[in-house]
Amino acid sequence: MALSIENLSVRLPRHADRDYAVRDLSLNVGDNEIVCVVGESGSGKSIMASSILRLLPEGVTPEAGRILFEGEDLLRFPPHAMRSIRGARIGMIFQDPMTALNPLHRVGDQIAETFRIHTTLPQADIRARVLDLLGQMHLPDPARAARAYPHELSGGQRQRAMIAMALALEPKLLIADEPTTALDVTTQAQILSLIRELQQRNRMGVLFITHDFGVVAEIATRIAVMRHGVLVEEGSAAKVLEAPEHPYTRELIAAVPSLKPPSKEPLQPLGQAVLSIVDVSKTYRQKGRDVAALKNVTLALRRGSTLGIVGESGSGKSTLARCIVRLLTTDSGAIEVDGANITTMTTVEWRKNVRRVQMVFQDPYASLNPRRKVGDLVAQGPLIHGAKAADVYPRVRDLFALVGLDPAAVDRYPHEFSGGQRQRIGLARALAMDPDILVADEPVSALDVSVQAQVLTLIADIQRKLGLSVVFITHDLRVAAQICDRVAIMQGGRVVEEGMAADVLVAPQHPYSQALVAAVPGRRWHAETDV
Amino acid sequence: MTLLKSLARSPSAIIGAVLLLIVLVMAASAGWLFPNDPLSLAGRPLQAPFANPRFPLGTDSVGRNVAAQLFYGARTSLLIGLISTVVAIVIGIVVGALAGFYGRWIDTALMRVTEAFQTVPSFILLLLLVVIFGSHIETLALTIGIVSWTAPARLTRAEFLTLRNREFVQACRGLGMPNWRIIFLEILPNALPPVIVYASVVMAFSILLESALAFLGLSDPNVASWGNLIADGRRVLRTAAYVATLPGLVILITVLSISLIGQGLNDAMNPRLRRKG
Amino acid sequence: MRILRLALRRLAVSLPCMLIILLGLFLLLQLAPGDAIDALMGQMGSSDTALAETLRQQYGLGGGVATRLAVYLFNLLRLDLGFSVAYNQPVLTVILQRLPVTLLLMVSALSFAFAAGMVVGVLAARRVNRWPDTLISMLVLIFYATPSFWIGLMGILIFAVKLNWLPSGGISDLSAGFTGLRLVLDTAVHLILPTMTLALIYFAIYVRITRASMLEVMTLDFIRTARAKGLKEGAVLVRHALRNALLPMVTILGLQAGAMLGGAVVVESVFTLPGLGRLAHEAVIQRDLNMLLGIVFMSSLLVIAINFIVDLVYARIDPRIEANG
Repeated sequence: MALSIENLSVRLPRHADRDYAVRDLSLNVGDNEIVCVVGESGSGKSIMASSILRLLPEGVTPEAGRILFEGEDLLRFPPHAMRSIRGARIGMIFQDPMTALNPLHRVGDQIAETFRIHTTLPQADIRARVLDLLGQMHLPDPARAARAYPHELSGGQRQRAMIAMALALEPKLLIADEPTTALDVTTQAQILSLIRELQQRNRMGVLFITHDFGVVAEIATRIAVMRHGVLVEEGSAAKVLEAPEHPYTRELIAAVPSLKPPSKEPLQPLGQAVLSIVDVSKTYRQKGRDVAALKNVTLALRRGSTLGIVGESGSGKSTLARCIVRLLTTDSGAIEVDGANITTMTTVEWRKNVRRVQMVFQDPYASLNPRRKVGDLVAQGPLIHGAKAADVYPRVRDLFALVGLDPAAVDRYPHEFSGGQRQRIGLARALAMDPDILVADEPVSALDVSVQAQVLTLIADIQRKLGLSVVFITHDLRVAAQICDRVAIMQGGRVVEEGMAADVLVAPQHPYSQALVAAVPGRRWHAETDV
Repeated sequence: MTLLKSLARSPSAIIGAVLLLIVLVMAASAGWLFPNDPLSLAGRPLQAPFANPRFPLGTDSVGRNVAAQLFYGARTSLLIGLISTVVAIVIGIVVGALAGFYGRWIDTALMRVTEAFQTVPSFILLLLLVVIFGSHIETLALTIGIVSWTAPARLTRAEFLTLRNREFVQACRGLGMPNWRIIFLEILPNALPPVIVYASVVMAFSILLESALAFLGLSDPNVASWGNLIADGRRVLRTAAYVATLPGLVILITVLSISLIGQGLNDAMNPRLRRKG
Repeated sequence: MRILRLALRRLAVSLPCMLIILLGLFLLLQLAPGDAIDALMGQMGSSDTALAETLRQQYGLGGGVATRLAVYLFNLLRLDLGFSVAYNQPVLTVILQRLPVTLLLMVSALSFAFAAGMVVGVLAARRVNRWPDTLISMLVLIFYATPSFWIGLMGILIFAVKLNWLPSGGISDLSAGFTGLRLVLDTAVHLILPTMTLALIYFAIYVRITRASMLEVMTLDFIRTARAKGLKEGAVLVRHALRNALLPMVTILGLQAGAMLGGAVVVESVFTLPGLGRLAHEAVIQRDLNMLLGIVFMSSLLVIAINFIVDLVYARIDPRIEANG
């Protein structure tokens, strides 16, 4: 047994919203297995992981229980003994490899530091070991990576460097706290397979913290599910994934969207194109170089349907969304809303048409002005365009009801709402303009999976009720499969493939789409349960 | 309301408010306690404090009432502090908001001007302006404001740069909101807290600048000023140290009170606490 | 290579900045009551209008605004700052004579403020919200609120008048006629009080900045990484936190250069040091506009030079700064 947590309780500081981050939790990690701890935000999973190496934030203290590592209680270790464990016997990697590496030191030096702390190896040996490690992480040019500063590497490369650092001294246990959450899906697949490969070769225990059941299905030997600081279910991967016992686990698994588009009843023949994007290109000037964000993009959105635009970061999907609502200007090409090219309109003309295309944003925290009441935020649009307050406010209440919020809540401020509720407010704000086209830019990617499912259902309902046409931007193929009629896959500013969701996501043609679909974590698992 | 409440909980804000109140009372009661011109010769020079009940804090080297000069000096300092801070903050906000919001060439042009102002040492520029425009008290307040606007401008610009790309600002654009409304009604209220906190720094600095000018004999000679009194005390430092010591302490208390209130404001608007809400 | 490219780019950016300053000064000159020649005549105590007219032609002050601007810029380009009647010497000569003292004062005050501020700031950050931190924060606020000329006078009163430990003014004891090492030592002793006086407020600023940025940096993820490696707390502090916390401190260094020159005016006047600041004060009293403009010009150049060095240091510390970014 590499690690054995017994009845651990971790106390939060006095002014926190609850008393305990972790409550009476017991969990084992064997010598040669990957234990996944799954939970939504606020489940205490990260605090639990940090308490093992005693890297808790100030004011957060383990109050009861034992954390046994090779038979000894880590919670009773004096600081110097704890330091000899950290990095040497237990390694840890974190969510965001950009912020987890010191921006001012070379990557190689940061890895070498681990050797310098725990060994007396001469400088030259350390250098050789660092290069060797980076090679084992399958970095194409280890020497270059060692010389580089963190900002000169890609996200995936940085995470590989982090793993190299954590595994430098071949620890018995690796703690991985959401190590792939900040990465693109194809990079995530590579990092997951790297972790699995290293785990098997070093025969170490891995404690893997994640919120994503797909990732769990990909990598776990055993699974523990946490909620509000309490362990609700634990068991072998097969058992928890295929026959979950606890209702919460079932709820979580049910909320994971399937990659297979639901077989909708045959829609009435799709209408005319309400939005046509014709040969649109856009180039940014960045650091003196031209970066093409969009290259000859041509797409059409039919009335009453949903077009998904799917891609990884840097694919140009968000740029395209912002061009459609004219937050960005295009270099060439046309964007036609009901036949009228919005890229050539004057500002005055555009203001008259602005109602037709409205946007829902990604970040539920940044997309609402914190200093305005939510009712005013929703009313703002119609009021700017000359509607009378007496007409607008009753409608705002109706909209609140429509998006599933209490109409009496119009007088509150954004910070009084949860993330999911804020997205509903953002949706109401867009709907207040009575739009024809709704552009939703990653509207659920910042939400927990259970909330995500609710918001997706809401968008689909409202679309049907109001006959909206929707452009849905997402990086998540599962989400796209559930909500989109047609899907366009973007890479490096180009649309590489476009077609019916059922075709593109099930039998992709373009090599990149194929790679993208293949990289979706837990693909095989959910396909089985769904059929 | 919540801001006032958290201000009332901040010890530094309370101490600062009490100290500032003392200075305000000094300024308000000056005319009533000392009806005569504070710069008129009142008695024998260099009478020590507490020696003569007519001059509780003594007289300076030419026989003017030290206490009267201290009280009237509070008026001068507060007036200078208030006007120049308003001038500096208004210029700073307008320049910073335009530069931060519009970006591109407007930003470049405005930032070059800001850099130019920052390159010229502000005190030396102040000396130049005094030579050219004179040192009448109102002119002085204005010129001190003119040499102090760069830091608020940079601060406002930085806030605007981060806020203008926030999604709530994009949402306003998406609703077709005119730019002036976005700048002044949507972004500015969110950008203001750090600028308001910084206003206390500007105010503290303006008071110090005026007193330094007065110490060099370059302030308005027709109003009582703490710096003037210290300059006078310098001549008799070896024999009558109190003439220089007392006004220095009063300056220290005044500037300290403003800094303390600024710190209290900062604590009350602490972004880390705000984010949690 | 990267740093050199960056250096050249920064220099190029300061050119328009300098141009704006010169245009501003020219504008101020036009606003000034009377022109340089009137001032000159006033200083010479002469009222010969014919002579004034000749001088105007000679100085290019006779023509239209455009001509005058051209002549003005051309003169400055050749570093011809005009002639000071009060000193009976070219302005540039006088300024260059006074510059070393000011530089010495600035460098010593800045080094002290930076080093001491950093140490005390780190100390405060490590004991955040406990009594050493509260005490330091209180002292910082008081230093921040203290007028430098007053604290200078108090220093003279205590250390020169009462205790007789330090000289009350001047740059060295001229009557003793020291040379070599004795001169250096004597100058250093003379500089102690002025340095402390000028440094006080910057010390306070650096304590504040260091404390704030250390607290900020210590919450960042890579600090947790360093701890997870098993690094000792002291090493985490020095190797990982401090270097990152240095960045805002270095930035402030550049921003404060101008303010410090301004502070030198007051401090040099208090301690009767023959520096640039005192020269500025004298120029104002004598209404020597030519001299004052020359000082503004030269001190702006000095600030640009300091900022140039600061930028290089910053780029040296932070690899993320791109030459073309």
